[in-house]
Amino acid sequence: MSRIEDLFSGLRRSGGKALVVYLTAGDPAPDRSLAYIFAAAEGGADIIEVGIPFSDPTADGPTIQAAAGRALAAGMTVGGALSLVSSFRERHGTPAVLFGYYNPFLRYGVGAFCRDAVRAGADGVLVVDLPVEESGEMAPEARRAGLDWIPLVAPTSGPERVRRASRSGSGFLYMISVTGITGVRKSFPPGMAAWAGEVRKHSRLPVAIGFGVSTPAMARSAARLADAVVVGSACVQIVERHGSSRTGPDALRRFVRSLKTAMR
Amino acid sequence: MTALIDLEKAYRDALRDRGFRRELAGLLREYAGRPTPLTFAGRLTEKAGGAKLYLKREDLAHTGSHKINNTLGQGLLARRMGKRRIIAETGAGQHGVATATVCAKMGIACDVYMGSEDMRRQELNVFRMRLLGAKVIPVESGSRTLKDAMNAALRDWVTNVRTTYYLIGSTAGPHPYPMIVRDFQSVIGREARKQFREAEGRLPTAIVACVGGGSNSLGIFHPFLGRKEVRLYGVEAAGLGLSSGRHGATLSKGEVGVLHGSKSYVLQDRDGQIREAHSISAGLDYPGVGPEHAFLKSTGRAAYVSVTDRQALAGFDLLTRYEGILPALESSHAVAFGVRLARKMKRSETVLVNLSGRGDKDIAILSGKTGAGHVPD
Repeated sequence: MSRIEDLFSGLRRSGGKALVVYLTAGDPAPDRSLAYIFAAAEGGADIIEVGIPFSDPTADGPTIQAAAGRALAAGMTVGGALSLVSSFRERHGTPAVLFGYYNPFLRYGVGAFCRDAVRAGADGVLVVDLPVEESGEMAPEARRAGLDWIPLVAPTSGPERVRRASRSGSGFLYMISVTGITGVRKSFPPGMAAWAGEVRKHSRLPVAIGFGVSTPAMARSAARLADAVVVGSACVQIVERHGSSRTGPDALRRFVRSLKTAMR
Repeated sequence: MTALIDLEKAYRDALRDRGFRRELAGLLREYAGRPTPLTFAGRLTEKAGGAKLYLKREDLAHTGSHKINNTLGQGLLARRMGKRRIIAETGAGQHGVATATVCAKMGIACDVYMGSEDMRRQELNVFRMRLLGAKVIPVESGSRTLKDAMNAALRDWVTNVRTTYYLIGSTAGPHPYPMIVRDFQSVIGREARKQFREAEGRLPTAIVACVGGGSNSLGIFHPFLGRKEVRLYGVEAAGLGLSSGRHGATLSKGEVGVLHGSKSYVLQDRDGQIREAHSISAGLDYPGVGPEHAFLKSTGRAAYVSVTDRQALAGFDLLTRYEGILPALESSHAVAFGVRLARKMKRSETVLVNLSGRGDKDIAILSGKTGAGHVPD
């Protein structure tokens, strides 16, 4: 059983919900990024989603676009992101999922990437621009290496695609809360509860709600509808605000703790 | 993904509908001014001193380029799908103008994404789009050119997918767009095949077209693919030179990658990050290329060559001074290579150059770049 499956089966017994925290690898700089990842884990994140920065992040809003820009400008690479995971794994058992766009993985070599990711201690991989129709290029390699392949569904997906997506992966199913891109929002779109109900009905995997979850109150209401909640842009904003200053990781730790507390 | 599946289904339904086909044919004829003429470039042929040069005059189509062929087709498709708003990306502004034109004609709201660098280079087209009632949204990310405009349009589309039609102007992007754009642009090649037979009693020896994303070139190539005796040349932008690292020659210098939902050649670094392209012509300034061009390169059916900014400017001067036709800077790349090719060919042979657009939009760039009275050899 994978570390992610372990986590969810434990939560099923306890009735708890998982908090997934997204951070862009190498943001604000390769040597400052690890402190933020540690802080997220120490604050109570159950899964860390490590974003591999990409030059053309079409699924991301301004906050994560800017984070990718900072990381790349500071010299972050795919190999560098794997080293970060490896350093994180030396001190923490928290599951880590790599989140990225397909081209850097393709360039690295899909098989080599999956093997190196496992060696670094990663537990899963999520490729935001590889739809289920095209996942045959990478999902089998991920499985063979021992990585959970995390599929995504959008509000336009419909029951058949939800079933197909959940069958194509393992670990958990990433449910995008809105038709749109990542970014901080003030509220959830109307109809999200019904959509979450549909997804849970048709998914054989635990369901994580992501995109737009920005505050502890939103995390609490999303946690009632799913098995896990992903908070990305709101965490990245803390990195953006504090940059390389020493206070940054503390601020992130406090924020993550407030999310986790709200979800209890 | 669901939106792309719906789009493909709607497109196939439309093609089966005789009413749709008839309406598009009518618009192409009575609104866009098709068929566009085939022009024998007599003085340019004499100047080159080799094969006979012909021009397919897409510069004479309504809005000044071949882009209208596709926007009319997709505009009808958007209306058929009940979409209330159309978005588009544009580089040189020709696709943006053609989209804004069709939206005005059909009464659909229109937002066009354009890199702020391209807005500066193609100010005239920005003004034209606004006159036509479209909103031009500046894109400030990345290289502020076509690639970034496409990123922004994709983000808009995933957000407003239920009400909005994304009208892609090139043979790039996710399937079914490369197929749809190629099909709507193939009218160029079908007309040219017929016109060439009438003019010469045979097919051309070679066809030359510029390649950015690849719409005008695939449009003229596609009806000739089965005629192996016709040589096909795609001309990419070599910018400041292929070894300068500042170019748009994706097929010549790129490597296999995935950009904007299709797998093709891509200009990228060792880590898979997309590199910025460079060309004097905004329409060729794109680090990707349509996947069908990658296929034609791999099978050897088409050859891909490149022309620098400087050579393209010389091509512009030649066509202007010898034929009285101002080509777009994009098309000037095809002219420059066409002349170079014809020079090495026999007088009994023929070269057909696709003149994809007119050069009025480039006057501001040209007034700063070319010396008055100077005709380069």
